[in-house]
Amino acid sequence: MKQRLSLLFLALISLMTTAFAQDVNSFAKNITVKTLANGLTVMIYERHEAPVFSFFTQVDAGSAQDPTARTGLAHMFEHMAFKGTTTIGTKDYAAEKVALEKVETAYSAYIEERDKRIGRDDKKVADLEKAWKEAVKNADQYVVNNQFGQIVESQGGEGMNAFTDYDETAYHYSFPANRFELWAYLESERFIHPVMRQFYDERNVVMEERRMRTDSSPTGRLLEQFNTAAFQASQYQRPTIGWMSDLNTFSATDAEAFFHHYYIPSNIVIAVVGDVKASEAMPILEKYFGRIPSAPKPDERITTEPPQNSERRVVLQEATQPIYIEGYHRPDYRDKDDAVYDAITDLMSSGRTSRLYRSLVRDRKIASDSAGFTGLPGNKYAHLFAFYAVPLPGHATDEVAKAIHEEIEKLRTQEVSDEELKMIKTRAKANLIRGLADNAGLASQLAIYQTRYGDWKELFRSVDRIDAVTKGDIKRVASQTFVPNNRTVGVIETAPPPQGATNPGGAQ
Amino acid sequence: MKRLASLLVSVLLLAALSFGQAQDWQQIVKSMPKLSDFHAPEPKRVVLPNGMIIFLQEDHELPLIDGVARIRGGSRLEPASKVGLIDMYGEVWRTGGTKTQTGDQLDDFLEARAAKVETGGGIDSTTIGWSSLKGDFDDVFKVFVDVLQNPAFRADKLELAQRNAFDAISRRNDDINSIVGRQIPRLAYGPNNPYGRDAEYATIAAITQQDLIKWHDTYVHPNNIILGIVGDFDTSAMEAKLQQTFANWPKGAPLPNEKFPPNPAKPGYYLIPKPDVNQSSVNMIGTGTTKDNPDFYPIQVFNEAFGGGFSSRLFRDLRTTKGLAYSVGGGIGTRFDHPGILHLVIGTKSQTTIEAIQGLYQEIDDLKTNPLSAEEIQRAKDSILNSFVFNFDTPEKVLRERMAYEFYGYPLNFLEKFKEGIEKVQPADVAKVAAKYLHKDQLVVLVVGNTTEFDKPLSSLGPVNTVDISIPPPPGEKAAAAGGPSK
Repeated sequence: MKQRLSLLFLALISLMTTAFAQDVNSFAKNITVKTLANGLTVMIYERHEAPVFSFFTQVDAGSAQDPTARTGLAHMFEHMAFKGTTTIGTKDYAAEKVALEKVETAYSAYIEERDKRIGRDDKKVADLEKAWKEAVKNADQYVVNNQFGQIVESQGGEGMNAFTDYDETAYHYSFPANRFELWAYLESERFIHPVMRQFYDERNVVMEERRMRTDSSPTGRLLEQFNTAAFQASQYQRPTIGWMSDLNTFSATDAEAFFHHYYIPSNIVIAVVGDVKASEAMPILEKYFGRIPSAPKPDERITTEPPQNSERRVVLQEATQPIYIEGYHRPDYRDKDDAVYDAITDLMSSGRTSRLYRSLVRDRKIASDSAGFTGLPGNKYAHLFAFYAVPLPGHATDEVAKAIHEEIEKLRTQEVSDEELKMIKTRAKANLIRGLADNAGLASQLAIYQTRYGDWKELFRSVDRIDAVTKGDIKRVASQTFVPNNRTVGVIETAPPPQGATNPGGAQ
Repeated sequence: MKRLASLLVSVLLLAALSFGQAQDWQQIVKSMPKLSDFHAPEPKRVVLPNGMIIFLQEDHELPLIDGVARIRGGSRLEPASKVGLIDMYGEVWRTGGTKTQTGDQLDDFLEARAAKVETGGGIDSTTIGWSSLKGDFDDVFKVFVDVLQNPAFRADKLELAQRNAFDAISRRNDDINSIVGRQIPRLAYGPNNPYGRDAEYATIAAITQQDLIKWHDTYVHPNNIILGIVGDFDTSAMEAKLQQTFANWPKGAPLPNEKFPPNPAKPGYYLIPKPDVNQSSVNMIGTGTTKDNPDFYPIQVFNEAFGGGFSSRLFRDLRTTKGLAYSVGGGIGTRFDHPGILHLVIGTKSQTTIEAIQGLYQEIDDLKTNPLSAEEIQRAKDSILNSFVFNFDTPEKVLRERMAYEFYGYPLNFLEKFKEGIEKVQPADVAKVAAKYLHKDQLVVLVVGNTTEFDKPLSSLGPVNTVDISIPPPPGEKAAAAGGPSK
């Protein structure tokens, strides 16, 4: 249900891409991967430690696929995937279907009048709005509230949730092992027969989510503005949660169209990790998920951001303490230097030995926190490598920016030490081992690697790629990436508290 | 040919339809196999002659060995003039290094092995733990023991920790969640109660290196320590190693058992205006209870049915059908050794702030006129009991549970008793705890938001106390405006 803050997601991605060389073959013995006839890929990793399993359903479409003037739609559909099906969540689907169609007709008439440029009749807008709300009320009488979630919870589902980011939409929870078939039924049904019931109430919920995460949070406001400035052509410029005016406009019909276009078998990978036997589970997966009708893989090209040729700055005057962030454009995750960026992330940011901690926090004592990381706001398409610092009281953002630039200059001009390079490689291996201990975490890694590379083994090979990174690679990649013309800066500066009311974030 | 194809298609279509009807979820549940009988591996409990308690949990799946020691004594015992002492201690214990090595040297040594030794401070205890690859265990364990027994609390690292604490104080009114998170315990326990008070510039500035050394000498003794280890090791070899390492460590004085009774704020409305938000945080606050109270079991069921998850009333009424909030929920809080906080929360746009408060009130009233039904209670019990296995589905979780029961003097089979306790809960028990703990007229109602955009003034509901959250300036500096600019 959440739209994860990009920063948090990045932390995860950078962990995931630091991989290891544990014996792939011994790992492979426990894994079964199959692409069903309709194109959907299922993966089972057997782990019989306790009678439970976790799954991760990865849909290869995220907010980068939101249609123009319909930002937030991928995330909105994610919310709708908890609203039940033609048999779950309804008292009488035949009647509900008719009522929901009437809602759409009424809504479409309402916004057509509401958004007329010329000749809008305010009385008519009010009447149409009323008619739409009455149609909603009429449809609501057939609803069994939250029945889908109730079934999962009362059957022992744990950690039921989902997230949408720029690159993907994912659904996940854990179940006791004896509920495997129930899970396969529920998870397939919601992607075969989803129903857009209570769409407009849920849209209000999503607007509240936007107010919470973005409008009412200084860092949320900064990141949104920063991102919008850094990308001028790429769909990465738009917020995953959506702009408020789009949230106020898109319809259940739009969400359904998005679903039919992108939630098709060849766009979905499902990984299951836990106490399941592949020989018994695979026929069940085929039985339920094989029902999803196949369709051609949708076009997922987006606009490629053209080279940036001058620095951009976004300065927010806030009644809060200062924050500094800067980002540099880099190619997508398939770039041959992808592992070099991961190595730079680790070198600059990981723990108390990291260069930014030692320089800005420990030695200069000008920041309480500073790091650099890749994958902002996603990594499927060309994106940013970013640095940030939280200045200590009495220190300006210019001062931390200068210190970050000095550290970047070192990367560009001096080779990293043997000890540093070894540390990066050792940590990459250890991090991957630690990531294997957890059913839910492993399911997400397998599904994501399978989706992005068409082969989960890349999870292990990513360690080999980091192992191959040289001192020269780091110098070369830093030199070509971290240049002023390729930079976007986002700053919160402290202004006195506003007098009277403000309405940040363009709220309705 | 074509006709044959369409005939085949229609047969397939029919098959698909009948399939959809025959395989509905209830039928799958009916024919579901029983969950296999599962007994989580139990850690071995060892007590050294000097009183140190050790739990050893083997887990050979991955080549890792992790451990954590929990030590009695936490921030509730720090002096009021030095609030924040445990935060500083928890950080400088590790960053300040040992008698023979600086913290920076330890950083280099450990990071080269992708290992961690970390320390921290909490309300009733401090912790020191490690994480290492199996092959590096001996090296990492030596560092752990050195930090545990010979910390140096170097002054430069205390100063660094104090600077960062100052920064955190300067930022604490920036974000609405940070404001609410601090105010809830203050209102629930009282601003001077150890569970509710805050660190200030002055209390952080008052902390000296000597305070940290003294704390360590007073509390870090084997008879105050519970050590848990999980990973790829042999229990008897590990036990021998621990005996050899810690057997000669002398006992210290036992800790006094102090209580800190809550002194909650008077019921009523408490307001914190925040002009730069468009969503209000509405919080209803009261007193909960402890986990050893027999009420604990019906409370768990009540919380699940009333304010937990997708199936709860608050979620259904205030989020799903009214669309008033993304974040809504809450319940009666329970803690191991002091009363938890009763807390209901909703985040709603400024323009529906009063409507949301009234919505929460309505839900409380409804508990009397329309009590939680047998069906709602059964669903809540099912949810807790069917997911019970997730309390012990990894060796590490089992270890953590056992350590907690040991720390608080709870029976080691508390988890098994929990299951029985939930099974026995009846609708009347749930109604009883709801009536006992949740009183509309005794709640502290905290609202943080952009008051100029509220649907009605908060004062339309009753007298309002405006809470002053301005930050007292550092010693020797003049007062600045609340959340005002740094110099």
